[in-house]
Amino acid sequence: MEMLRTEQLKSYYVLEIFGRKRIIKAVDDVNLSVGENQIYGIAGESGCGKSTLLKAIFAAIEPPQKIFGGRLYYFVDGQAVDVYSLSEEERRKLRWRFISYVPQGSMSVLNPVVKIKETFKDFIESHVKGKTKDEAYEMAKVHIRELGLPVTLLDAYPHQLSGGMRQRVTIALATVLSPKVIMADEPTTALDVVTQRGVIQLLRDIQKANRNTLILVTHDMGVHANISDRIAIMYAGKIIEEGPTEAIFNNPTHPYTRYLIRSLPKFGDRMRRESVPGSPPSLEKLPSGCAFHPRCPHVFDRCTEETPALIECEKDHMAACWLVQEGKR
Amino acid sequence: MSLLQVKRLTKVFTIGSIFSRLKILAVDNVTFEINEAEIFTLAGESGCGKTTTARIILGFEEPTSGEIHYKGKRIDNLKTEERRRLLKEIQAVFQNPFSTFNPLRKVESYFYDTLFNLGVAQEREEARRIIEEKLEAVGIAFEEFCEKYPSEFSGGQLQRISIARALLTNPKLLVADEPVSMVDASLRMSIVNLFKDLRDKYGLSVLYITHDLATAYYVSDRMAIMFRGEIVELGPAEKVLQEPKHPYTRLLRESVPEPDPSRRWTTKVVLADQEHEEYLRTGCKFAGRCPNAMEICKKESPPYFEVNGVQVKCFLYR
Repeated sequence: MEMLRTEQLKSYYVLEIFGRKRIIKAVDDVNLSVGENQIYGIAGESGCGKSTLLKAIFAAIEPPQKIFGGRLYYFVDGQAVDVYSLSEEERRKLRWRFISYVPQGSMSVLNPVVKIKETFKDFIESHVKGKTKDEAYEMAKVHIRELGLPVTLLDAYPHQLSGGMRQRVTIALATVLSPKVIMADEPTTALDVVTQRGVIQLLRDIQKANRNTLILVTHDMGVHANISDRIAIMYAGKIIEEGPTEAIFNNPTHPYTRYLIRSLPKFGDRMRRESVPGSPPSLEKLPSGCAFHPRCPHVFDRCTEETPALIECEKDHMAACWLVQEGKR
Repeated sequence: MSLLQVKRLTKVFTIGSIFSRLKILAVDNVTFEINEAEIFTLAGESGCGKTTTARIILGFEEPTSGEIHYKGKRIDNLKTEERRRLLKEIQAVFQNPFSTFNPLRKVESYFYDTLFNLGVAQEREEARRIIEEKLEAVGIAFEEFCEKYPSEFSGGQLQRISIARALLTNPKLLVADEPVSMVDASLRMSIVNLFKDLRDKYGLSVLYITHDLATAYYVSDRMAIMFRGEIVELGPAEKVLQEPKHPYTRLLRESVPEPDPSRRWTTKVVLADQEHEEYLRTGCKFAGRCPNAMEICKKESPPYFEVNGVQVKCFLYR
């Protein structure tokens, strides 16, 4: 069952510097469909629009970010809800209870001068009507215990916890109201490998226990290989390839994805690997046609003129490349 | 032949106020050596002491005890003038290329400064020739580089430029502290490949400091795994990572998410809640989390045992 869908979603940043208007197309015509009980991965290098996409899906947009078109649907109890047609108040009700969001660098969202339990109480109180402080505290304790974390951490201040523990606390906070969809933006990026594994373990345990949906954004392909069911690869604000994790890793189709997968170092194989040539484009001055064409080894005339659409290259696996459209791959 | 020798290096940091003073052994009796034309990796998690070790080698920090020898000469107690001369031989590359360079200064000015201050070149024309040569070695065109500010480059380009700057004096040793962790995954290999090329072409030695075991495996000849200030395993990279012996190395190696969907994790890990307690442990510092811990591990710190060409600090190999 579908939980969330975007149709031609466009979200740009509009900046005015010295009277000159600049438009940064961070999310451009994104079509995404995420199902129930699924771990959906979004990958791509920094500045490709992954985080902007999550903010647009969370429908908590602040200037200079704006929505320039397209639709966003949540499927609440099987009913499609057109999120951007709702009032701000109605949207606020869906936030954290239907969909929750663990932002990037969220280890630093905890208030440093109060104990963790106060943060939990405030959070629960402001989103669930008619809960007393004591009930909220009980709810927090039950939730922390369910996640297998020590209950004593509720009495700690944020600085007394390690980075990995703080990250797990923010995940606990984002999931305390049992949302149907959880979005996590680079949840493991600043963490050590062993801690990273602990955090991923926690996210997967929560997802398994509640059979809800997890949207995971990270540039680390190793993490995606380990946990994601499906992956969307973003490049310069667009999804350029989408499919089941096995298909993306075993049969990457877009030249960018091919480079990305093949450049990953592997244990037991020290063969020379090459990076993607060139540098990522600026989202303000995107190359014409396919945005990857200046770096692509297979470029031909059409790539520089027209933008390829995302089409099926094999069953259930999509790519946006003229090579696929013209049947050359 | 050995180029740099680090002998029983120890660094103690004191944290807290006068009421609750805590001594942290950031680097504890660390011994290793780097050979000529060799890429040597110090790997470990944050707080394991790898960066402190590098900072002591570079002279940014004074060791509490222990010695560092470069080409047989002691270098940890040098005077300013001698340290300056040594800069020609040992150069550094840091984690974030955007904080390496002042955003208000043109990048090329750092190149001319390095050349003139260290007396490598006397005139601008000569300096320019050297710069062109070094930029070519890292794959950046001189025309692309001239008259530009740091913000005009991408992270990957700027990191390669900072490596070119480090190469200006023809150093014998490059100390690279997490050089790829701020660089996009798609460009990471271009930096690591550069280290390999420089080693093969110019006989440069690299001390590669990283938490990324996959690139460490790819690039290094020999490596050491550090944990809470100590080296727990040291040997050829192939052996250390493909047949890890110390239980901590095994845990680290298993925890690297492999880019292969058919090899997902099936077991679970236990995390340390209180990290600073591990520094203060007598005996083996990993004993609290170790699946093979014995009575002796909690009481005595294990010595190094040699197993199949690898040094392992663990009583399992008694």
